[in-house]
Amino acid sequence: MSPKKNNIKQFLIGLPKNIFSGFVVSLIALPLGLGLAMASDAPPIAGIITAIVGGILVSILGGSHVTITGPGNGLVGVLLVVITTLGINDAYAAIIFSGGLLVLLGFLRMGKLADFFPSSAIQGMLAAIGLIILGKQFHIMLANKINRPQIIDYLLEIPYTINEVLHFREVGLIYAAAIGVLSFLIMVFYPKLRNKYLQMIPAPMWIVILSIGFSYYFEFVAQQPNPIDPIYMLSGIPDMNEIVSKLPRISFVKIGQANFWTSVIALTLIASIESLLSIKAVDKLDPEKRRSNVNKDLKALGLATIGSGFVGGLNVVTVIARSSVNVNNGGSNRSSNFFHAIFLVLFIVLFSTQLARIPLPALMAILVFTGYKLASPDIVKKIFSIGKEQLIIFFVTLIATLKIGLITGISVGVITTFIIHIIINKSFGLFVRNLLKPNVLMYKEKENGDNYYVSVKHFCSFLNFYKLKQKLDAVSEENDVIVDFSLCEFVDHTVMENLNNYQQLFAKRGGNFEVIGLDMHGTDSEHPFALRRILPIPNLLTNLTKRQTTIETLAKDFSLSYDATHDKNVSFLESFIFFKTKQIDHIYNRLSDKDESLNLFDIEFSEGEFIAKEVVRTTMLHIKLEHEIATFTLDREGFLERIYAFAGFKDIPIQNHSDFSKRFYLLGEDADAIKKFFTDELVHFFESNPYYHVESNGSCLLVFGKERLASVKEIKGLLDFGKRLKVAITR
Amino acid sequence: MLKPFKHIGIGVAFSPNLKANIYEATRLSLFFESKLYLIHVGERSQEKEETLKTILAPFVKNNLNYELVFQTGKPVDVILSATEKHQIDLLILGAVQRENFLKYYLGSIARKITRNAKCAILLLIKPSVERIQCEHVVVNGLKDPKTKQTITAAFYVSKQLGANRITIVEEIGQEELTVKIDDDKSLRKATIAKERLSLREDSRVKSILDGIPTTYKNNITIKTQPIFGKRGYSIGHYAQVARADLLVMNAPNKMSFLDRLFPHDIEHILTELPTDVLIIQ
Repeated sequence: MSPKKNNIKQFLIGLPKNIFSGFVVSLIALPLGLGLAMASDAPPIAGIITAIVGGILVSILGGSHVTITGPGNGLVGVLLVVITTLGINDAYAAIIFSGGLLVLLGFLRMGKLADFFPSSAIQGMLAAIGLIILGKQFHIMLANKINRPQIIDYLLEIPYTINEVLHFREVGLIYAAAIGVLSFLIMVFYPKLRNKYLQMIPAPMWIVILSIGFSYYFEFVAQQPNPIDPIYMLSGIPDMNEIVSKLPRISFVKIGQANFWTSVIALTLIASIESLLSIKAVDKLDPEKRRSNVNKDLKALGLATIGSGFVGGLNVVTVIARSSVNVNNGGSNRSSNFFHAIFLVLFIVLFSTQLARIPLPALMAILVFTGYKLASPDIVKKIFSIGKEQLIIFFVTLIATLKIGLITGISVGVITTFIIHIIINKSFGLFVRNLLKPNVLMYKEKENGDNYYVSVKHFCSFLNFYKLKQKLDAVSEENDVIVDFSLCEFVDHTVMENLNNYQQLFAKRGGNFEVIGLDMHGTDSEHPFALRRILPIPNLLTNLTKRQTTIETLAKDFSLSYDATHDKNVSFLESFIFFKTKQIDHIYNRLSDKDESLNLFDIEFSEGEFIAKEVVRTTMLHIKLEHEIATFTLDREGFLERIYAFAGFKDIPIQNHSDFSKRFYLLGEDADAIKKFFTDELVHFFESNPYYHVESNGSCLLVFGKERLASVKEIKGLLDFGKRLKVAITR
Repeated sequence: MLKPFKHIGIGVAFSPNLKANIYEATRLSLFFESKLYLIHVGERSQEKEETLKTILAPFVKNNLNYELVFQTGKPVDVILSATEKHQIDLLILGAVQRENFLKYYLGSIARKITRNAKCAILLLIKPSVERIQCEHVVVNGLKDPKTKQTITAAFYVSKQLGANRITIVEEIGQEELTVKIDDDKSLRKATIAKERLSLREDSRVKSILDGIPTTYKNNITIKTQPIFGKRGYSIGHYAQVARADLLVMNAPNKMSFLDRLFPHDIEHILTELPTDVLIIQ
């Protein structure tokens, strides 16, 4: 537990940095706000109002730390539909109601809502939104405004627009299109220029500055009217007095209509998903490693949305790109969000007339680039590398979203994912029977450190991931967590991706998060539960699990050789009494040093036969010794006492070490030899080191900890113990 | 306060599992030094009696005391009435294995009996002809008046079967933890609250353990494990993870129709037997 800090002092120290990062963020928020609002068919100033109201309210009431709020990309797709069907005045009413629903979600603690959607379906939906933004704005960027009833038509007409541009005759249009293309190129190449001074101002602001400069150049230097066609100039930017005095008329007439409520629900759904996903992503960036209170944030976002709706703004959501800029520029608490809003107010007060000098194609180039980023081919490539079935989910969701709408799109995505899961498992019952079962067990292992051990049964997919998440969220990130899937028949991609996030989060905050028990999923068809595992692994050739790849790198670090394949040649283990009543099946994930004297491996063995058969997997270390030693077994608690009694072994007390004799069972046949072998030094070694089961068959040692597979951290511990034990014995 | 098992009952059907079931039951009768009642639902016949006697023959020379009971009627009623008539205090029932899966559940008849029986019940998942040593016993440590009796019974059974390890699982329901986890601060609070609850449960179980005669506790490793999770379900999951050989549980309190619709406590175990289960009244 960290001591209570002097909060006010900390806050004041961080203030200048937060003001600065708030300023930088506002530089992006200004053009983006204008653009996003226009893309949604709302008045451009609505985007700025959204950012101002959101920034002020959420920074005061919110529960996250370094997030920035304002108008969101994802919502453009929904708002566009809502505004076209309801008209802008009724759309404000819908926005207000969706804000109310968001507050309600916050109170119902539905911060977990976003976890119920398969990640490929969400990707598909986001890509569709990207295409919606890109498709519509692409034409404006090239100064060829068109109006089509279907979103798909906009996409299909992109080649015609390009052809059109190449045959432009009118100078105004040529200039407009040229500005658009130039702005787009700035967006594309800006990240590639690593110039310190250039990077001080974000790319969207460069576009704004350059285009305003361009307009001033013509006015004052060239003394000519701006050559860009006036239809392609930003218009309708009111000054501050106008915004305050002329609030938009909000109409509640359509409140009884069905499509009003579907709009409200669509807005709420997308706003909450976008915000929750962003908060989750931004938490990973937080340099102070804090955990956001998502439910509190949802309430704040809802209230801000209500407020924003009343003064002519759009839905307030948490936005990832601006938040990451905030973190990169030293934002450390919510005050940066507040200052970003204040700077936006200043911009409007001071420069609202200058904003009319921005050409539309320049603004739209920013949006086309954002849209492209959401639907970029890289995403498709990444999803394909995860699995073909993910690609199906992705495209089905994408097409359904484009063709019909967002809510239908995401629903279709969820259903497709579920059907694919049923097909992969060839079982419907697996899901139906076990859906409501509390399939996650978590407890603190009492011996050998305070590990949190989590076992998952049956199946773990987007349908019941929230149960696992709830358990994992109850562990603070500086602890060690081991998630065991060996009782779980099916793990889906959504879960694997989320666990990967946990892994990163734990690693950053000094904890350790490991997934075990997946090695036998998938290709190993001997296993009765052998289904397929879906892992986000880049190299499909080797098909190793994350644990295996980590062991592989560990092998390199310790200059050991690694072999993941099953090895049935296990005769070297049979002389150990531990295996007398057990049937060894195979060893795998084998780590060995150069002269093969040190061997660490996962082992699968069984006790009993046929129906009483119980399969055990564990991790063991085998050490070849240079000379003969006494045959003995060292064990705590005496679980194995009985088995060894068969072999004529008995507990041997060591003189002058009553504590050692109390804590350990030392068993063996030749008591004198063992007593001689257990020197004071060796006894001290065992007393001062973590407990392991150690067995000697005369020429070799077998060392292991728990009767389950070891996590990579535990493997390191075992290796270290084995090496030091070898030294202690040979000395 | 300890009720030793004087009369053990088992329902016999002439199924492929017959021999294994009877072997398990007779072994238990010998361990507990109790009389074995083999209850068959159906007509008495020479042939059936012969079959049973041949199976039992090897045990008779070890002084097995047994009785064959034949009675016609509905299986559930027959077994329940026979249990009362012969004052049976441990009834053995077999589980069904889900096809192609290493999963066991209780058939509908066995389930009805379990719900209505007045005596202790042992549910066997994989009866075998050869004896399999029982090593590890897991028992619930719920906050319930019945728990003391159950834990005592677990020690008694472990002693008789020669098990050398007992884990007492204290299931702590999520509802006991009043702190909701939202951020770092509430997480810290929740962690402290959990520690406190675990300590409280540990000391409660300790006081129960103190009341158990030391003769039962000799040579047995005792461990306690607090678990935050769904009552009745997480202990089964734990027993599976800890590879227990026997799970000892309290009998359920009176249940209504709704309780069965929304399974809790022991009903979870009945649909998904993790290991052999002993239910103590």
